[in-house]
Amino acid sequence: MGRFLVQRLVHLVWVLLAVSIFVFLLIHLSGDPIHLLTPLDAKPEDVERVRRLYGLDQPIPVQYLRFLRNALRGDLGESFRYQRPAFELVMQRLPATALLALVTLGLTIVVGIPVGLWLGARAGHAADWVISLVTFVFISLPSFWLGVLLILLFADRLRVLPASGFESPVYLVLPCLTLSVYTTGLITRLVRADVLEVLRQDFIRTARAKGVGERMVLARHALRNALISTVTVLGLQLGNLLGGSVVVESVFAWPGVGWLMLQGIQTRDLPLVRAVVLVVGSVFVLINLVVDVLYLYLDPRIRYDHTR
Amino acid sequence: MITPARPRPRRRRPGQFHAGLGIVCGVLLIAVLAPHLSPHGYADQDLLRSLQPPAWVKGGDWVYPLGTDRLGRDLLSRLMHGARVSIAVALLSVGLGGGLGTVLGLSAGYFGRWLDRIISRLIDVQLSFPPVFIAIAVMAALGQSLIKLIVVLALVTWVQYARIARANTMSMREREFVLAARALGADESRVLLRHVLPSILPPLLVVAAINMSSVILAEAALSFLGLGIQPPTPAWGSMVSEGRSVQSLAWWNTVFPGMAIAILVIGANLLGDGLQRER
Repeated sequence: MGRFLVQRLVHLVWVLLAVSIFVFLLIHLSGDPIHLLTPLDAKPEDVERVRRLYGLDQPIPVQYLRFLRNALRGDLGESFRYQRPAFELVMQRLPATALLALVTLGLTIVVGIPVGLWLGARAGHAADWVISLVTFVFISLPSFWLGVLLILLFADRLRVLPASGFESPVYLVLPCLTLSVYTTGLITRLVRADVLEVLRQDFIRTARAKGVGERMVLARHALRNALISTVTVLGLQLGNLLGGSVVVESVFAWPGVGWLMLQGIQTRDLPLVRAVVLVVGSVFVLINLVVDVLYLYLDPRIRYDHTR
Repeated sequence: MITPARPRPRRRRPGQFHAGLGIVCGVLLIAVLAPHLSPHGYADQDLLRSLQPPAWVKGGDWVYPLGTDRLGRDLLSRLMHGARVSIAVALLSVGLGGGLGTVLGLSAGYFGRWLDRIISRLIDVQLSFPPVFIAIAVMAALGQSLIKLIVVLALVTWVQYARIARANTMSMREREFVLAARALGADESRVLLRHVLPSILPPLLVVAAINMSSVILAEAALSFLGLGIQPPTPAWGSMVSEGRSVQSLAWWNTVFPGMAIAILVIGANLLGDGLQRER
């Protein structure tokens, strides 16, 4: 266990370094960053002064080390548009995104796991067939389209729910619904498949032969085994929700990091975009670490001390 | 050594694979034949008849079966041409990502040692990035074009193939038929291409089919955000976004393009799911 944790921590450092290199290079992908800082008609000597001021005259590795040093101190530069530290802006928006992600995750767990369990125990029945079809459609819908449709129906036509912004908990309903359709479909299918798999195993037959009730078989054996892969997928989905909700946040004008990033992209505010990518990327990596440790805890068969 | 054939419990749903294949091939056909099939040009404007509803709704007629958009362009024709983008991106980025991932995974698994170390590290690092999020960031920085979109989507998905290819190659490397081929004097490239590659290909095809649906969804999302295909080229994702500005007046502008995406993705998912069960 201890060795595994050390391994994961070393890996974490590697990955965070890779994230920082990626984020640093992002600004160079779009060409010479100097063009973002100076107007097109600026005098050459002014351009050179700005270049020196921002350290853009230094070799790339030197620039990277400086970027890394500043990033470690929480200094990710100033947003062009807001004239404020980019890191601060991102951290301000992070709670709204986290709220959206956690409520969606909660909804997914509360609906997906019981329904999946129920379907797995009744595989082949009409209900299983119908709901499996529904979950299949759920994982195939583009989230932005679903969001637009929900707005069309509940905000434009029925006028019962707000379409955009975040002023009270009611505003959570439509974005969370939009995001959880995919995750719920995914988890339901996963749990169902896992339960089906487990119910065929010998130890289930043994348990039944011993006279364990069907309810107990499901709760004790099937559920626990199904949870192992569910946790992995949920962890990945949480990471995706934190980052991938860019689309849904923009549909609902949700004041989270995704929308902030999109605004940054539209106004060519690269320090801001860079800060969002760095923060979200790091959070994603940390969630992966937590999932790995949880995995180990849930499945004692995995020991991770494979020597090579 | 002969292993006796073991009857395996099969959960076959033969209809699934074929239904998926039918949908994907249908869309492919529409995409290829779009210039001949579509009743109007995708950019032809008829400003006098802008926002005309679909034929079966009051006020619509069969000249524009699915209605028109804000500029009076025929929605059906635009949808048909939009299929070209989705299909092109799906096939090319899956092919590119799959090819890259397979080559890297195969060489890592077969040659091992330092090459495996490097490629495994790359795989680990890439797996730690949320793919769609990274695609959004890179497309924003690079600027937008069809080619860039395909390459970026390939670069965020190669790792799924590389993982599977590496693991399967490692298990194939010491198998009798591979050892036999080597013992007979086949050189490395022949062993790799003629013996190892064909035996690891089936699981990779499953990954490719499953991956296709996520690539189509990613392209649609990027185009919706304005970071994918640029107007006037019609793409289903950007059509939904254009339709939003008139959605309270003309629901058909947002509903139909999204439906097209959903149908294609359902087809790809059926294909992947069916393929997985067949094995």
